[in-house]
Amino acid sequence: MNQAVLSAALAEAMPSPAPLVSLRDVSKSFDNGTVALEALSLDVFEGEFLSLIGPSGCGKSTALRLLAGLSQVSGGSIDWRDPARGERGRDIGFVFQEPTLMPWASVEANAALPLKLLHLPAGEIRLRVEQALALVGLHNFRSAYPRELSGGMKMRVSIARALVTRPKLLLMDEPFAALDEITRFRLNDDLARLQSELGCTVVFVTHSVYESVYLSSRIVIMAARPGRIVHAIDIIAPLPREEAFRRDPLYGAVCAEASRALHDAMGSADHL
Amino acid sequence: MSADIKSSTQARPPFFERHAAKLGVALPVVTLAATLGLWEFYIYASGTPAYKLPAPSDIVKATISGWSILFSSLLVTLRIALLGLLSAVIGGVVIAILFTRSRWIEMCFSPYAVILQVTPLIAIAPLLNIYFGFEATIYLSAFIVGFFPVLSNTLTGLRSTDRGLVNLFALYGASPLEILFRLQLPSALPYFLSGVRIAGGLSLIGAIAAELVSGAAGEGTGLAFRITESGYRGNIPRMFAAVLLICLCGILIYAVTSLVSWLLLRRWHESALRQDA
Repeated sequence: MNQAVLSAALAEAMPSPAPLVSLRDVSKSFDNGTVALEALSLDVFEGEFLSLIGPSGCGKSTALRLLAGLSQVSGGSIDWRDPARGERGRDIGFVFQEPTLMPWASVEANAALPLKLLHLPAGEIRLRVEQALALVGLHNFRSAYPRELSGGMKMRVSIARALVTRPKLLLMDEPFAALDEITRFRLNDDLARLQSELGCTVVFVTHSVYESVYLSSRIVIMAARPGRIVHAIDIIAPLPREEAFRRDPLYGAVCAEASRALHDAMGSADHL
Repeated sequence: MSADIKSSTQARPPFFERHAAKLGVALPVVTLAATLGLWEFYIYASGTPAYKLPAPSDIVKATISGWSILFSSLLVTLRIALLGLLSAVIGGVVIAILFTRSRWIEMCFSPYAVILQVTPLIAIAPLLNIYFGFEATIYLSAFIVGFFPVLSNTLTGLRSTDRGLVNLFALYGASPLEILFRLQLPSALPYFLSGVRIAGGLSLIGAIAAELVSGAAGEGTGLAFRITESGYRGNIPRMFAAVLLICLCGILIYAVTSLVSWLLLRRWHESALRQDA
């Protein structure tokens, strides 16, 4: 399926024939008895930008970890369209809440790590790292060390590292939560641009309604105790969006709807 | 009032702040020179004989006159201490890695590592001497005292690995060996190096203490024997000279381990970074 057909399909909010990955009645409970997720069913379609928002403890990060294979389901199943996919990290990029860089390694070496762990030839690694750093605008900082970078730049390295394997699916767990608003807006724009350039699928966990509405083609709102999906909104506006979208009536309307749904999803004991 | 203070500090930082680096070198040197000068003067003024308390100049003379004997003893002590340190470093790291690999190994052996640490070396050395002879005793003592700091610090380091990075390595299917070499060992490096700095000084102390206790004598013996021997002969200046050399050895070991540590960490670790004003 080519890109034009795909975006047309998204614009009409029509599901693609086969989801990239489906969670079917997935539940997850921890040894201490906490039920993080219960009967969660969610399809992730190729090319979409899907945001998960919800109060703390709603299991949005847990869902991401399950998709990444960092944690195993207690019940239900995760079905990949391509069965080989999801085996290891080959087709998945993960951006954590913290930049999670190796402080002893240069920007270049940090971005090269996934490829080294996948045992690619050195020449190929160099080429791909260069491309990934150029994508996030850090090609002039390849020999810098993490401590020499600002918070936003560290996060860019982290994104470059996630993109270096050219993943089909990019999982992001509140990646910009710790950044100031200006940096955050800029990284939102960069991420939107990258996603449409690379055509990868993104599952994005955030606390921010505004961020999720700006970036996403679909928002899923979750509630806690037990973690579950309570609402979903398709945002029918082409990606990537630009600053002007923040003044679009649609943006305001979806923000209002999402905020209301989020408010309903939150019990008195919940906090964002 | 507060405005006055502010403007004066902005215009001209206090003398001490501006020259902190130079003062850090100059002040200890001045203190030492003053102490030695007073000492020298006291001996001269009071007419104290060298066999009671030698003047600094007597100690320097004794060091020069006894140089060939003292220097060969110095090499013996240093060689054994460094050999013990090297074994402690290798042993400490290997055992620390084994402990993090297997809970079984850790549970079986960690109490003994602690026992080794808490039993005073002075108490074990005579026993070791009976079974292994004095040279092996000195080596083992230098090893025993250096081993625990390396083990304990490296263990802490190996266990302080960033959880996020552990997840990242898992995501890309890293093998246990890749995790060890690419993640755990680099994370442990600052801790390990701080352990080595402690172990360096301790190994020298261990070697000297064991030599004193084991009563080694004759040719090919270290500085501790020279101290005992000079004591029997009433050669007090040479006793001081031997102590001086041991002290310089300790400083040398500390300087080298600190330098290595700085070279390895200066690009990335907080401990090796210069504070920005």
